[in-house]
Order: sequence, then structure tokens, then C-alpha cells
Amino acid sequence: MSFRLVLVAALATLAFLPGAFAQDADTEKAIEKYRAMMKEDPWSNPGYLDVDRGEALWRAAAGPKNATLEQCDLGKGPGKVEGAFADLPKYFADADRVMDLETRILWCMEKLQGISTADYVKRPHPAGGQPVKDLGALAAYVASKSAGEKFAAKLDNRQEKDAVALGETLFYRRSGPFDFACATCHSQSGLRIRLQGLPFLAEKKEAAKVVGEWPAYRVSTAQVMTMQHRLYDCYWQMRMPELQLGSAVSVALIAFLAKQAEGGEIAVPGLKR
Amino acid sequence: MRLTLATLALALSVAPAFAQAVDPARVDAGIKAAFPTAPADWAARLNGDETMRQCSAAHNNPAKDAAEAIRKREQQTIVYPPDNTFIGDWRKGEALAQSGYGLRFTDYPPRQPNGGNCYACHQLTKTELSYGTLGPSLSEYGKLRDYKPEAVKAAYEKIYNSHASFPCSTMPRFGANKVLSIEQIKDAVALLMSPESPVNTGK
Repeated sequence: MSFRLVLVAALATLAFLPGAFAQDADTEKAIEKYRAMMKEDPWSNPGYLDVDRGEALWRAAAGPKNATLEQCDLGKGPGKVEGAFADLPKYFADADRVMDLETRILWCMEKLQGISTADYVKRPHPAGGQPVKDLGALAAYVASKSAGEKFAAKLDNRQEKDAVALGETLFYRRSGPFDFACATCHSQSGLRIRLQGLPFLAEKKEAAKVVGEWPAYRVSTAQVMTMQHRLYDCYWQMRMPELQLGSAVSVALIAFLAKQAEGGEIAVPGLKR
Repeated sequence: MRLTLATLALALSVAPAFAQAVDPARVDAGIKAAFPTAPADWAARLNGDETMRQCSAAHNNPAKDAAEAIRKREQQTIVYPPDNTFIGDWRKGEALAQSGYGLRFTDYPPRQPNGGNCYACHQLTKTELSYGTLGPSLSEYGKLRDYKPEAVKAAYEKIYNSHASFPCSTMPRFGANKVLSIEQIKDAVALLMSPESPVNTGK
């Protein structure tokens, strides 16, 4: 364990230090080496702590109704967790809307446990260095139960097609005082912001490699970050206001990314800089 | 792919159509609902102006006519320094090139001037190795242009509003969108165009 801690500390330092030793290739090599070591011993990813926490939360009675989430229908029927994430987002008739993983779990928390989601979405994401909140831990747990499977969301009925089309439009939609869109950073291959490599999400091949890594443990902020949090953080950098978790816009972008990543392998919890 | 699209767009002389068209009113309504905590004075941030609507629809490859209309429209937004000098202090320019501070919802109330965050996307001085590659390298920018007065003015215009030079450029319109002040833009110009600037001396 101490060896792992040293590694995490080394990577965290690496991520924070600016220019001084930032020989791009060396940095990238060090991160690659770190990732390779993690793969040799996949259980060393700190994200598994939150996967375990999520599993415990899934089975724990909570909320005004003092119920567990074990009967939550994630799309494969009540209580079916294995492989459920691979088919999301999808249209849920009971909610009459397309939902991604986090939005669906939140819906289950409200319906099964009686938890007020209005309160939950006010501060859904952790500050830097703080552990992921309960919803994120639950999402990490559920998504990890599709690890090794391929993204296979159908996204073929009217509502789902609408969500993907909206997501694609949003991906290119420029606004805010910096005139940014998702496409500003993610529509070419091999580019960086400072030293950080940027995935070419407009291209399916590259999207398939990275989208399945979320929720991921992020070394630089020492926490698990979910896809909803990832998008919230992108919009923050875009100088937009706070993206609401579960909003149609956030779900549409996730639907578009899932479509782009179709056939890509799910590797949750991923490991990020 | 980009080239093919651009060629197609040129051939048709209309903005290329992508995927299924989504009703713009639906998109705008979705955006409004997705950002419920937006302060009232942030309303303008949610929807891009006419130029941004055109660039978004064309995936930043506008047809020739549209590109020319954008160039003209954006050129008109440029406000020049009252004394017509364009070169400020390159040291201040380097500081703002390093800073990504400003206009994020965590940046209020403002604690320091907005940055330009030039290094996020561009190489500038040789000593700063942590630079992005979304934009072209600006290393030796002035030297390569012989420090010509018209190149100095052009640099000011590109920072103030890049679309006047490159319609649907991905660079922010730092002056037109009031991210940077005229004085700050002059400092950034100095970083690029002063013979003493490390961008040009290589030190």
C-alpha cells in the first residue's frame, strides 16, 4: 500500500508542478508508466474505494422511506446492475425522458427512498480533494459492474435520437464571453491545453477510447469524478454558469458521447491525470 | 474531413448542414433550463451572437459569403487605442499570457485582473514549456515579421477580435467581448512584437 501511496503522491506532484521539468514526452511517459502499473494491479486504483462505498450505499436503507436502491430499475429491470451502464443513456417510460446513469440513480433515490433531489442538485459535486458525493460513488459502483463490456446504448427511439441530435448541436454551440464550445478543444486529434492532451471527441475512434473511463479517479484533484461532474467542469472553464446535474442538456451531451463511443470498452473506474 | 466539408461548403456557397437540424428555440430553451443559477446579468452568455450562431451551425467552416459577412461585421467591433500606439509592456503581457483567471463563476467577486491565458493554446517564450497546441506557435512572432508597424497593428486586431482576420476562429474575441482592456491587449501585443520581449530574444 505504501508503494501505491508513493506513486499517487508522485503523480499528484507531477500534475501540479508547472513548466519547470515539464518535458512533455517525459511527463506523458511517466503517466503511461503509472497507468501500466495500475493495470498490472487494477485494484490499486483509489477509485475502487468509492466503488465499494457506492456498493454499500446501494444496499443501505436510507431516506424518508428508509429503503435501499436494490429495486432500482436501471433499464434491465428492477435490481439488475450487471451490464446496465453499457446500455445507458436510454429512454425510461416511467419518467418519460432520456436519462444517463447519474440522472437515473437520482430518480431512484427520489422514488424509492423519498430523497429530495431538488436539494441534491444544488451541490452535487465535491470540491477539489473532497471525496465524490454519494450519488457519484453510486454511479462509480454501477458503472464498474459493466467494466469490460462495450458501450451498446441503442439510442434509436424518437426521444433518444432527439437527445443525441441535441447533444451534437450543443457540442458545436459556441457561447459565453470566450465564445467556446465543446468543439473548441475536442474537434482535432493530438492537441493539448497547456500540457494536457485533449481527446478528439468528434471522432468515434478516439471517443471510444476515452468515454468509457468515466467515472474516473483523477489524480490531480484526488477524487473520483463522474461524467456529469466532468461536463460541469468543462462549462465552468467555458465561462458558463453552473450546469445542472440531470438537465436535458447534460443528458443530451452524454447521449451524444455514448453514441460517439459506441463499441468502446468500459473501464470504470478509469484513471486520469 | 474538414477540407472536404469546407470544399463542399464553398461549392454550394451555403453553410453546410450537419446531422439532424435541431430547432434553435428548443436548444436555447434547453440551455436556459440547464443553467438555473445563472445571474440575471449573465443572460447574454447563454446564447451566442449572430457570428457565433453562424460559426456553430457551420462547425467553424463558414461558406465564403458568410465568412466575408462575419469578417466585416467583426472588423467593425474593433476599438483602437486613442493615441494609436499598440505596444504596451511585454512584462505585463507575459503575466496575462500566463493567467487563466477571470469570468468563471468561481472568479466573483473579481480578485485580480482577467488573464488572456495565451499559453493554454500557444507557444510563446522558449522558457515556458507548459504551452498548449490548440493555436499556432507564436514563438519569435515579431522577429519573423521584422517588427513592421502594420504587423503590430494586425496583432492588436487579432487579439481584439480574431474573426476580423479569421472568420470563425476558435480564439476568444478578447477585446470585443471585454475580456481584456485596451491597455492589456497592448501589453499582449508587446509580448509578441517588442524586440526586447523573450518571445523574440529567445531568452
